[in-house]
Amino acid sequence: MNMTITSYKKRLQQLQPLIALFLLCLIIAIFSDRFMTVTNLWNVMRQISVNICIAVGMTLVIISAGIDLSVGSILAFAGAVTASFLSMGAEIPFFGIYIGFTPLGAILVGITMGGVLGLVNGWVITYFKVQPFVATLAMLTIARGLTMLWTQGYPISSLGKEFASLGTGWFLGVPIPVWIAAIVTLLAVFVMKKTRFGRYIYAIGGNERAARLSGIKVNRVKTLVYMLSGMLAAVGGILVTSRLDSAQPNAGMGYELDAIAAVVIGGTSLSGGRGLIMGTVLGAIIIGVLNNGLVLLGVSPFWQQVVKGLVILIAVIIDRSQHKDKK
Amino acid sequence: MVSLRNITKQFNGVYALRDVSIEFPAAKVIALVGENGAGKSTLMNILSGVYADYEGELVYQNDVVRFQGPRDAQDYGITIIHQELNLIPYLSVVENIFLGRELITPWGALDTPKMKTVAKQLLSRLKLELDLDTPVSQLKVGECQLIEIAKALLVESEVVIMDEPTSAISESEVYALYDIIRDLKASGKTVVYISHKMKELFTLADEYVVLRDGQVVQQGLMAEVNEQQLVNMMVGRTLAERVECGERVTDKAVLRVNHLSLLHPLKEDMLLEDLSFELCKGEILGIFGLMGAGRTELLETLFGLRGKPATGSFSFDEEEVSFFSSPNEALRWGLALVPEDRKSDGLVLGMDVRSNLTLSVLSSLEKLGVLADVQEKELCRQYVERLRIKTATDQQYVGHLSGGNQQKVVLAKYLATQPKVLMLDEPTRGIDVYAKGEIYDLIREQAAAGLGVIVVSSELPELFAVADRILVMCDGRITKQFKTEEATEESILQAALPDK
Repeated sequence: MNMTITSYKKRLQQLQPLIALFLLCLIIAIFSDRFMTVTNLWNVMRQISVNICIAVGMTLVIISAGIDLSVGSILAFAGAVTASFLSMGAEIPFFGIYIGFTPLGAILVGITMGGVLGLVNGWVITYFKVQPFVATLAMLTIARGLTMLWTQGYPISSLGKEFASLGTGWFLGVPIPVWIAAIVTLLAVFVMKKTRFGRYIYAIGGNERAARLSGIKVNRVKTLVYMLSGMLAAVGGILVTSRLDSAQPNAGMGYELDAIAAVVIGGTSLSGGRGLIMGTVLGAIIIGVLNNGLVLLGVSPFWQQVVKGLVILIAVIIDRSQHKDKK
Repeated sequence: MVSLRNITKQFNGVYALRDVSIEFPAAKVIALVGENGAGKSTLMNILSGVYADYEGELVYQNDVVRFQGPRDAQDYGITIIHQELNLIPYLSVVENIFLGRELITPWGALDTPKMKTVAKQLLSRLKLELDLDTPVSQLKVGECQLIEIAKALLVESEVVIMDEPTSAISESEVYALYDIIRDLKASGKTVVYISHKMKELFTLADEYVVLRDGQVVQQGLMAEVNEQQLVNMMVGRTLAERVECGERVTDKAVLRVNHLSLLHPLKEDMLLEDLSFELCKGEILGIFGLMGAGRTELLETLFGLRGKPATGSFSFDEEEVSFFSSPNEALRWGLALVPEDRKSDGLVLGMDVRSNLTLSVLSSLEKLGVLADVQEKELCRQYVERLRIKTATDQQYVGHLSGGNQQKVVLAKYLATQPKVLMLDEPTRGIDVYAKGEIYDLIREQAAAGLGVIVVSSELPELFAVADRILVMCDGRITKQFKTEEATEESILQAALPDK
C-alpha cells in the first residue's frame, strides 16, 4: 500500500516539469496569438536544439559531480574550425599539398576539435587534480582566445548551400537540428540507463571514493565525460554556424549558463549522482519557450533576464523541498 | 532527572517508537541497548531536540518540555555525542572544539590563547596528545571521535548521551573515556550510554533499558543480569557460540608478503616497516592493533590505494607479482577489500541496492555493450538471498537500510567479484549483535569455500570469534603472531602496546 503511494508520488514528481511547461505554453498562448503557430513552434524548437545538445553533455558532467564552463567557447572554436576548413580547406605548409573538405569532413574535424579540448579538460581535472570549475573556467578563456586567433576576429561566412541546409533545412517535415537534438537525446538516455559507462557516471557522482574502491577506473570515465561534453558543444557550434551560414568568433557566449540552467531546471543535482537526461531536455525546452514567449509578449529584454533568473530559482526551490526527505 | 512518558513517534505511518516510558535518574550511567532499528536513535533524537513532533511528554527537572532544536536541548543541559562525526575538516582542533561557542575578548576578537588552554585541559582529560593547530582532516577517525567527546564536555551538561562513543577508538583510549564517565557520574550527571559492546556496558552501567521494535522490553539493574541474558532480550532469540572449523585451513599460501615497507606520504617516517606474513587458502587471519598501528594502511597498500611501497615483494595465488597499483588491478587478480567506513567508502548511498551490489561486476553483465537487466536482477537476487539482506525490493536506496544490511550489501558487492582473498576492515563496526553473528557466519562460509580471509578489528572478542591466527601490529610493525587458541586478551594487548 505504502509502496504504491510513494511510486505514484514519484511519478507525479517526474511529471512536474511537464506540467510546468504545459502551463507556461497555456499562459503565453492566451496572451499572444502568434505563439501557437506552426512556424513559431518549429522555430523555437530549432533554436532550442543547440541548447539541448550542449545541455545533454552538461548533464553527464554534472551527474559525475563536475561542471563544464567551457562549452560556449568550445562551441565557437569548433564552429570556426569547421567553417574555415569548409571555405578554405587546409594547406600543409612544407609539402605544398592542399586538401579541400566536404561538409561532412569539415564537420568531423570540428567535432574532433571539440573532443580534443574536452579531453584536455578531463586530463587537467583527473591528472593534475584541478577542480572542474577552475579547469573549465581556464578553458573558457583559452578556447575563446584560440577562436579569435583562428578567425583573426572576423566572421567566416558563405559556407555553401549544402552546409547551410543542416541548420535551416527540413527532413520529413521536421527541422534537421531538431532531428539531431533528438538523436543526441536518445543516445544519451540509452547510455545513462543501459550501459556500464552510464552507471559508472552515476556512481562516481554519488561517491567517487566508493566507485574507485569498487574497481572503477574513475579517471578514465571522468575524462571521457568531459570529452563527450566538448564533442556535444562542437555539434552545437556546427548547428549555430550552419544556421547563420557564418562562424562568428563571439558565438556561444554565455551558452554554458543556459545549459547549466536547463540541467538544474530538469532536476539534476549540482552535487552529483542524481539526474535524468529527459529532465534536462524539458529544462531546455522550458527556457526556450520562456525566451520566445517573453519576446512575443513584448517584455523588455531587461525584464526577460530577471524573469529567467526567477524561473531557475523557483524550479530549484521546488526540487529542493521535494528531495528534503531523502537526505 | 529526565523522564520520557508514553512517547510515540511515527514516520510515514511506521512506528519508530511506541508508548515508551523511561526514567533516567541523576548520578547514574544507563545503558540503552537494542538491535539496529530498535528505536535507539529516534529516542536519542527526541531527547536531544532533533525531533520536536512526537506524542507523549518529555519531563526535565519536573517540567514538561519540548525542545525546538539541538541547541535548545543543549541550553537546557542535554548534550549528545553522535556516532557520526560532525567535525569540519579544514578547521583546527581548537576551532572545532569551540565551534559555535568561541571565547571572545572584550574587544570582540577571538580569545585564542584562552581557548587553547581550555582545549588542552579537555584533551588531557581524554589522555590525547595533539597539536591543537592541526586541521582535523589530518587526524585519524579515532582521534576525531575523541575530539567530538571533548566538544561535548566543553558544555556543562546535566545529561550526556553517548552513541557508540568507542566504535572508532582503541582499547587504551577507552579507559580514558571510562574515567571521564565515572567523573561525570560522581558529579551527579546522568549518562546515557549506547553501545553494542557488552564488556563496556557491564563495566560502566548501573541500569539498563532494552529496546526492541520501538518498545521497551525490559529495564532493570545491571547487576541483576548477565551478558547472555541481555543479548537474548535484545534479539529475542539465542545466539550460537563460536564454531570450530580448523579443518578448512590448508597449507597452500594464496598471498605472501615479504619485507613490506611504506613511507609516510608527507613526513620522513615509516607507516609500515618490514612486514612479512602469509595467508593460506581457507584461513582466516585476524590482525589486531591499536589506533595508528598501521592496520588500515596495510590493507590499503595491498589493495593498491597507497601507491608503490618503498620495499618488499609480493606473491599472489602462487605468482610473483609487483604490488597492485589500483583497486581495479587488485580486483582483477582476485583481491577484494571491504572498507572500514561503509558510508564513505563502501556504498553509493544515492543508488539502489541492486546498482550498488553489481557495481564491481558490471563488465560481466554486458552483452554487446548493453547491460543485461535480467542477469543483473538474477545476480542481485542470489546475493540478497545468500547473505540474507533484508530489503523491500532491490530498488530500495541503500541509504534506507540498517547498518548491518548495508554492510552485507558491501560484502556482497565484493563477493560478486569472486575473489581469492577477501580482506575486511572492521567488518562489524556499528552494527548490532545479531547482524554481527550473521557477518561472522558469512566470513566463515567464505573461508570454508577456500578463500583466504583477512579480518582487521579493534575488538578482541571479534577476532577470537572468527580468526584462526592473529597478527598483532604496533607502530607499523608486526610484533607478534598467535594461534587463536593459544592467545589470551592480555598477551595480545601486551604485544599491541607501544613500548616507550
